[in-house]
Amino acid sequence: MAKKESTFKNMTIALFVITAVAGLFMAAVYSVTKEPIAISQKAKINDAIKMVIPEFETISDTLLMPEDGKDSIRIHRLLKGTETSGVAVETYTDKAFSGRFTLMVGFQPDGAISNIEVLEHKETPGLGTKMALPAFKDQFKGLKIADLPGEKLKVKKDGGSVDAITAATISSRAFCDAVNRAYATQKKGEKQ
Amino acid sequence: MNQLNNFSKGFLRENPILVLLLGTCPTLAVTSSATNGLGMGLATTFVLFMSNIFISVVKDFVPDKVRIPAFVVVIASFVTIVDLLMQAYTPALSNQLGIFIPLIVVNCIVLGRAEAFACKNNIFSSFIDGLGMGLGFTMALVTIGSIREMLGAGSIFGHKFIAEGADGILVFILAPGAFITLGFLIAILKKINKSS
Repeated sequence: MAKKESTFKNMTIALFVITAVAGLFMAAVYSVTKEPIAISQKAKINDAIKMVIPEFETISDTLLMPEDGKDSIRIHRLLKGTETSGVAVETYTDKAFSGRFTLMVGFQPDGAISNIEVLEHKETPGLGTKMALPAFKDQFKGLKIADLPGEKLKVKKDGGSVDAITAATISSRAFCDAVNRAYATQKKGEKQ
Repeated sequence: MNQLNNFSKGFLRENPILVLLLGTCPTLAVTSSATNGLGMGLATTFVLFMSNIFISVVKDFVPDKVRIPAFVVVIASFVTIVDLLMQAYTPALSNQLGIFIPLIVVNCIVLGRAEAFACKNNIFSSFIDGLGMGLGFTMALVTIGSIREMLGAGSIFGHKFIAEGADGILVFILAPGAFITLGFLIAILKKINKSS
């Protein structure tokens, strides 16, 4: 078959047909994958909640705007029967080394941090990524932010108590910032 | 014999990264570990042979003057499809490579093969070319990723072989390490190709 000439009509028809077919294909794939994607994202959040507060039966979600931040924060109140077994807060920071990172912070009913999971981040491999390792994040376990001066976590360099990761002070600071935001926001939520 | 030649040229003689030096941007960005290299390589391979097949099918219907926009639409669609499928069925891999998958659209290897090969050859040759080039790309990514991961993190495919808590040569995980590794590999391959 001979090659089509580059006339206006041929070009228009060729591009129209190709884009229309491509559009149809993508629409089909999108509708097929929509549900599995939603399920896997939900599973990811649920896994993170289970990592920070292992025991609960039902979750009730609220969205709250933090005092100092651009986006609202999702607070998962975890109930066992009628009693609160803990609060898992999906928090974020914009002070990270590269872009935003998100954490899941678990608070026990008495306000102590039970565990922290890193959800998404773009920190430098080998440096900032160490924040996801137990060596760094386990120092937060059992901490009560309410007992700290100014009710804020700070790295040692800034006069606080948190051991920063070597060569990743910015990531460590951002980590504290995210946890502080989680604490302040869930406290605000309790008052309402 | 010709088809075999067509397939094998992607590995050494015309390796897209190490000889043609196409698509170095994703190469440098994703190869911080062997696993990332493998995932990116396979995703690109899929897009590459699908787009090669499709383009060689439609090449006669597409007038010359609009061939580039037409090819880009085809490639971008396949990338979107791969991205959606990975998010749906391999969420863990998609988390790791998430930001790099859309980059396949601007990967010059895919458009390069469409332009240099698929729009002049029949379906079967284009399929073989896409597969060979894709696997050559994957091989190069895994090689660079393995070297960087071994030197930089002391592990291979996530399995650590140095003491827990010990660090590797950090620079290999960071951007400069990618350039250094790529440079040495290109030099070695040049030597091999010259002597054979």
